[in-house]
Amino acid sequence: MVTSANYFDQLRKSRVWRSIFRSGTGASTLHRSLVIQQDVFLHLFPTKVRRRMLNIGVTWYLGTLTFGTFMILVSTGILLMLYYHPSVPQAYSDTKDLQFVVTSGLFLRNLHRWSAHAMVFLVFAHMFRVFYRGAYRPPREFNWIIGVILLLITLLLSYTGYLLPWDQLAFWAITVGSNIASAVPLIGNKIHFLLLGGNFVNANALLRFYVLHCMILPLAAMVFIAIHFWRIRKDGGLYSHSSQPPAISDRSAPKEDR
Amino acid sequence: MSDRKDFIAGVDSNAKREPRRVVFVTRRTSAQVRVTDEEVVQTFPEALFRVAIAIEVLAMALVWIALGFNAPLEGLADPSHTPNPAKAPWYFLGLQELLHYFPPTVAGVLAPTLVVIALIVIPYFNINVEAEGVFVKDRPRRLAIFYVVAGALSLFLLLFHVYVALVPTLMIVVPMLAAAYSSAESRSPVRRYLASKPLSFWIMTWFLFELLALTAIGTFFRGPGWSWVWPWRA
Repeated sequence: MVTSANYFDQLRKSRVWRSIFRSGTGASTLHRSLVIQQDVFLHLFPTKVRRRMLNIGVTWYLGTLTFGTFMILVSTGILLMLYYHPSVPQAYSDTKDLQFVVTSGLFLRNLHRWSAHAMVFLVFAHMFRVFYRGAYRPPREFNWIIGVILLLITLLLSYTGYLLPWDQLAFWAITVGSNIASAVPLIGNKIHFLLLGGNFVNANALLRFYVLHCMILPLAAMVFIAIHFWRIRKDGGLYSHSSQPPAISDRSAPKEDR
Repeated sequence: MSDRKDFIAGVDSNAKREPRRVVFVTRRTSAQVRVTDEEVVQTFPEALFRVAIAIEVLAMALVWIALGFNAPLEGLADPSHTPNPAKAPWYFLGLQELLHYFPPTVAGVLAPTLVVIALIVIPYFNINVEAEGVFVKDRPRRLAIFYVVAGALSLFLLLFHVYVALVPTLMIVVPMLAAAYSSAESRSPVRRYLASKPLSFWIMTWFLFELLALTAIGTFFRGPGWSWVWPWRA
């Protein structure tokens, strides 16, 4: 009898499968290491991790969850793009269609919007969690900065997406927000004009925000996320007290003697 | 405690790797090894499966929320009709709340720029890396600086009637005072905890409190003309 498990085994041993997945088959430590090392995406991660760092209490998985919301946002976002024209007033009627005409359109838009809010929240939570664990310490300084950049990209992604439905809420939120740019000394008005493609929120602004939201910012986010993950490996895995450089452990050691 | 030895002796048990080494060190001359041979597991499948489960749970939660609550959609954008109040997205409402008190150059440009710079420089200051209790060393001078800074900040917020930012400030000043008059020898564990906290902890927690307070007030307590409203009466 062919069970599904050994059917899967047969599949994994097939020539086609082995031509795709370079790590080969098997459950040995070597093979499991190769799964990480021989994969263009997974090689960003270390082959082995400290067991202690997998406990929920250490990180609350906040970085993982933030990445999860990002993946949900990319997949729902691509589907939403199929039904959306970034033009005035077509953008609004497309959003209405998503709400009432497109099959599961309402669900898609809901999921995209609530995931976006969740991502902003999770990025902040992740930042505070990393700070309170002291995980910004050397050699992780630069990864902390990458994190700050990702925080800013997340805020910009959410902000540019806010305009796209082209309803009253979107229009006035972006008007209020973009007016802050005008307050920059000397070049404020120029930045404001560059951002909106005009002196007020109009069709040009919608197109600019669309390009930023669907193209430039997601690509930037992906690049920085990749560096962020890769630096975790390069900096010695997730921060734990014993992975501090010895000089610092020395200095803090007498404190615990008291 | 009185009978404490001034050396630590040990024998490495892994004879294959370390051919019988006897450790004999006098106190304060060598780093103590607190964790030896930390247990490691394979990233695949141990870590990656946990990651997958965490993301699946998150996805399920978000799907339930998306099924239960509709994203807001108002009427077509109309530049000639300004809603009152016109609010930015929730994560910018803390900034919008500050804009109510200070000119845009200060609240909209200077404040967020300083926040971003402050975040970036955190890991480059040794004081944050060592993370010693803020009042542990050089206490009289640091206490004097603390009084001046906390007093000046509170007075500044009071003068500009920024009570919404003053309250979180005082919520930090009070435990910091408690920390100043506590030490590692204090009886209460709370005071020992406070005394061990470094400057960066206090500043970051102050920032967190301000962020939460200003965002919540901007979101729930502001109505027409940015006047104060009670959310349950709106």
